[in-house]
Amino acid sequence: MIYVYFLVAIAIVVAAQRVGNLRAKRGLYFALGVALLCAPIFDRNDATFNVLADAGIFVILALGLNIVVGYAGLLDLGYAAFFAIGAYTYAMMASPQFNLHLPFWLLLFLAAAFAALFGIILGAPTLRLRGDYLAIVTLGFGEIVPQIFQNLTKYTGGPNGIGALDFPSFFGRSFGQNTIPYYYVVLGLIALVLLFANNLRDSRLGRAWMAIREDELAARHMGINTTAVKLAAFALGASFSGLAGVVFAAKLSLVSPDLFQFQVSVLIVSMLVLGGMGNVPGVVVGALVLVLVNNVVLPQANVIAANVGLHVDFGNYHFFIYGAILVAIMLFRPEGLLPSRQRKEELHHAAA
Amino acid sequence: MHEFLAQLVNGISLGGIYALIALGYTMVYGIIGLINFAHGDVYTLGSFFALTILTALGVSGELHGVALVVDVAIALIGAALLCGIVGVLIERLAYRRLRNAPRLAPLITAIGVSFILENIMQVWKGPSPVSFPAVVPNPSIAVAGVAIGAQQILLVGLAVVMMVGLQLFIHNTRLGRAMRATAQDRDAAQLMGININKTIMLTFLIGSALAGVAGFVSGVYYQSTWFFNGFGAGLKAFTAAVLGGIGNIGGAMLGGFLIGIIESFATWKFGGQWSNVTVFAILILVLVFRPSGLLGEAVFERA
Repeated sequence: MIYVYFLVAIAIVVAAQRVGNLRAKRGLYFALGVALLCAPIFDRNDATFNVLADAGIFVILALGLNIVVGYAGLLDLGYAAFFAIGAYTYAMMASPQFNLHLPFWLLLFLAAAFAALFGIILGAPTLRLRGDYLAIVTLGFGEIVPQIFQNLTKYTGGPNGIGALDFPSFFGRSFGQNTIPYYYVVLGLIALVLLFANNLRDSRLGRAWMAIREDELAARHMGINTTAVKLAAFALGASFSGLAGVVFAAKLSLVSPDLFQFQVSVLIVSMLVLGGMGNVPGVVVGALVLVLVNNVVLPQANVIAANVGLHVDFGNYHFFIYGAILVAIMLFRPEGLLPSRQRKEELHHAAA
Repeated sequence: MHEFLAQLVNGISLGGIYALIALGYTMVYGIIGLINFAHGDVYTLGSFFALTILTALGVSGELHGVALVVDVAIALIGAALLCGIVGVLIERLAYRRLRNAPRLAPLITAIGVSFILENIMQVWKGPSPVSFPAVVPNPSIAVAGVAIGAQQILLVGLAVVMMVGLQLFIHNTRLGRAMRATAQDRDAAQLMGININKTIMLTFLIGSALAGVAGFVSGVYYQSTWFFNGFGAGLKAFTAAVLGGIGNIGGAMLGGFLIGIIESFATWKFGGQWSNVTVFAILILVLVFRPSGLLGEAVFERA
């Protein structure tokens, strides 16, 4: 059953990308939105919506990173750090840890702001670096943040993290153990993030990002304040990650430093690379495909293998899958599986 | 004072390993401008190759006399050669097609290669640390009250010999000159009749072989290895290369020893859990304030 959701969503997004007719496109997205909103009425399987909510969290992450990497062309290899900052914001302010019990909805904003602030703190001194150096600096930042959360045992619970986080509540009604409320929160956030991502792309700021991606020197000479514009990309991308972190922490009711390692950053980069950096539908599809593989296909493959007496743990092959995606796509289809037309032409032009 | 010297000795030993790995980063960066993210994993592969060879030779503990020399030499050279071959294969299969692609494409590919190698090693040797036989006896001598082990002397000695050899090779042979020329201007070098593909292959061969040597040495020194070792060690070695001035061979050695010493002191003063934070903070600070590194400007020549 879970496959139906993923495959239908992927199929609709791909179809919408293919049709040229704007009305047909809108119709398809509208139908998908309505279907997703109504799904819990007909399907009461909590586990399904658990996976879908997780998928949604990764869609938010991928869309956020897409602003930084896809639009502005700044490779950020430490994106999980902002995810961690969002998650720990919720964990520290809505748990018995300090006996603070701030509401979930307030913390969504606070975490987004915190993450954006850290994005600026990291970005301000580093953004004048060349692309590959910037990638390594962000990687270093991504390593430092979870390590600091792990070391400050007194405040963050150290390697064990913080547990027993508050359940969010909506007009006085607690989410409790249900996953469906999280599913709706995630859908709402995706709608918000999509609105931002789509409108930004066609805004002055979005054009400035793409100009920087194509040729920073030329962009600067056209009068773009490259530092400010890059900082905006960093801050916005980070704030999306902070939002995702809050929902992730609340849903899991637990945070620990090992949830935000380098692999998570690379997983999100893989989603972008697979789907097509810079193209919103592509990024959504990339995120859905990888979550489907990680959370559904591989565990089921384990069960099937165990049934036929094979002792293989396909969970051991996550790294291999991300690695193979990065290598294969970069070598054979650098624009990703579902690219925007401009990006495709750019990349093929650059390679020629 | 005694503790200070002991930590210094530790740091220099650790630094020897970082310096050997950093050479590979700096050579590859110098010649094709790529941060070869998979290089740290080639280093781990080196320790696994050495372990496999030693197991095949039936070695499981300390060796003495002729057997010591012969078996260590076989394992060392074998690991270096196999790593060299892996490095050349990676270049051929993953990087060559992207030589003229936008800058970030080969970096993303390199991260992919790194993940693939890690996964292969995880499946090959398991997800937990693997013990490595203490092949080299470790009697220690006391200098100013600090015990220096034979393994530490061997490690640093081997690292220094390799580096001096590399310097001589790059500055005194035709192939070395070809490498320097390719690093300076690939197109001009090609016009001068240098076979670019061969030269780049040679760079990967040497850099990866040095990582293999580092892998063997670290296996002997720590008596254990782990499929994920290369990620941290690789990042620190890259930090070393940047600190010294990337593209600069002497800088990589200097940076390697400095990073080793810094890590060792950070562990001593702040505790082991802060050593990574310290090193990565240094990486960020160096890249932000002096991206050309310590020796980056004084020595323009790159290899």
